[in-house]
Amino acid sequence: MVSTNGSSSTGTQRVKRGLAEMLKGGVIMDVVNSEQAKIAEDAGACAVMALERVPADIRRDGGVARMSDPEMIIAIQASVHIPVMAKVRIGHFVEAQILQSLGVDFIDESEVLTPADETHHIDKFDFTIPFVCGATNLGEALRRISEGAALIRSKGEAGTGNMVEAVRHLRSILGDIRKITQADSAELFEWAKRLQAPLSLVQEIAETGKLQVPLFAAGGIATPADAALAMQLGAETVFVGSGIFKSENAAPRAKAIVEATTHFRDAAVLARVSTGLGVAMTGIGMDEINETQRFAQRGW
Amino acid sequence: MQVGVLALQGAFAAHSDCLASIGVQSVEVRTPEQLSSVSALLMPGGESSTMSQLLESSGLFDLIATRIADGMPVFGTCAGMILLASEILDGRSDQRSFSAIDISVRRNAFGRQVDSFEASINSSVGDFQGVFIRAPRIERVGDGVEVLGSFNNEPVLVRQGNVLAASFHPELSNDARLHEYFVSITANRKKV
Repeated sequence: MVSTNGSSSTGTQRVKRGLAEMLKGGVIMDVVNSEQAKIAEDAGACAVMALERVPADIRRDGGVARMSDPEMIIAIQASVHIPVMAKVRIGHFVEAQILQSLGVDFIDESEVLTPADETHHIDKFDFTIPFVCGATNLGEALRRISEGAALIRSKGEAGTGNMVEAVRHLRSILGDIRKITQADSAELFEWAKRLQAPLSLVQEIAETGKLQVPLFAAGGIATPADAALAMQLGAETVFVGSGIFKSENAAPRAKAIVEATTHFRDAAVLARVSTGLGVAMTGIGMDEINETQRFAQRGW
Repeated sequence: MQVGVLALQGAFAAHSDCLASIGVQSVEVRTPEQLSSVSALLMPGGESSTMSQLLESSGLFDLIATRIADGMPVFGTCAGMILLASEILDGRSDQRSFSAIDISVRRNAFGRQVDSFEASINSSVGDFQGVFIRAPRIERVGDGVEVLGSFNNEPVLVRQGNVLAASFHPELSNDARLHEYFVSITANRKKV
């Protein structure tokens, strides 16, 4: 929501997308308490995602996953200087109102939590705080942008330590963008229809060759090499959820993933930072999760 | 003349795009080799604590400090300005800066993202739409520092010799005049 006071305005698209620009080339880490938040900041995280349980635990515990207790979010905000993000359920605009009143810097309307609305996402233009939303393909990304998302991330399959789905989603989104830049003007109508996305956004992509907002990777990233793979595929920043604090040595792994994300094309640096990190999170193969337990299919 | 954009973390791509829009091809700087190929350096916004750490681990910190002392023109925006300041308030205790411009800046002094704003600012380089993202505030300006631009009577654009610093983000408002100004500082230095 744009508010103007004299010559200054808050909540504009430029201000919202601007924060997403500031996060580029960085690592956003899931943390469940202020100790973890400090470890993340010490390791060089550019932001933290405050949540009660990391996705791997949400997956294990089952039940309904909701917005975190404000007490925990406030404690994390007090413990670090970097931006603090938090998650709301898909369509749960009241959880988003609460997070905005807490002064959270970015809201993740996340499929990792149990959806509150099976038809509608949040009208994100209604808020001063920017939103990030997950997407599995370009159509989903553009629908979220049309609702006001300031940042898109791949959904991947959170809490698995397995990045195969994140790779699939990034390739799908970026591959379709590349194809659209080759399409003629008549074909763009068909693209909009096929993607179920606003024609104007498809036409804009044909012109600029890129998404309207930054594209980050999320879902299953567990190693420095995973982060660098996402970056080389075309992601601009990585979210690491369970991958850090479900591993053996969280702090050195966090620092290694930060360095790998910056020097993502430098194999010598990647080799150095990958050395001696101990055991990564165990991870889950996609064939071990049945269709109904997949988070990525949530969202419409 | 080769302009570099420090690309460890933050809004480096937006700065490169801005430079490209005025016909200046830039180099992304992540390593000592890349630094040695540039004659001016832009330090983008992002998270100053993240950049500080990456400056150390990449071995760039001391090299950049030496280059600045030798007169290399630098332009820091937001977090980049924090890195250039002589004093950082409310930063991490282990946060280092280049002390290249005699100002005291308070990190995130304009508030959290909910308070981020854009506003028109007046400057001797021209009037700009300034985009302020969790912006730092310049709380003290030293004697040798020239205030080039202000908002609500507070300095937001300052210069000391070859060091230029802004608390806002010129790279986010499709307006490359400040980049042109920085390039002109760089070009003039070359002639000397």
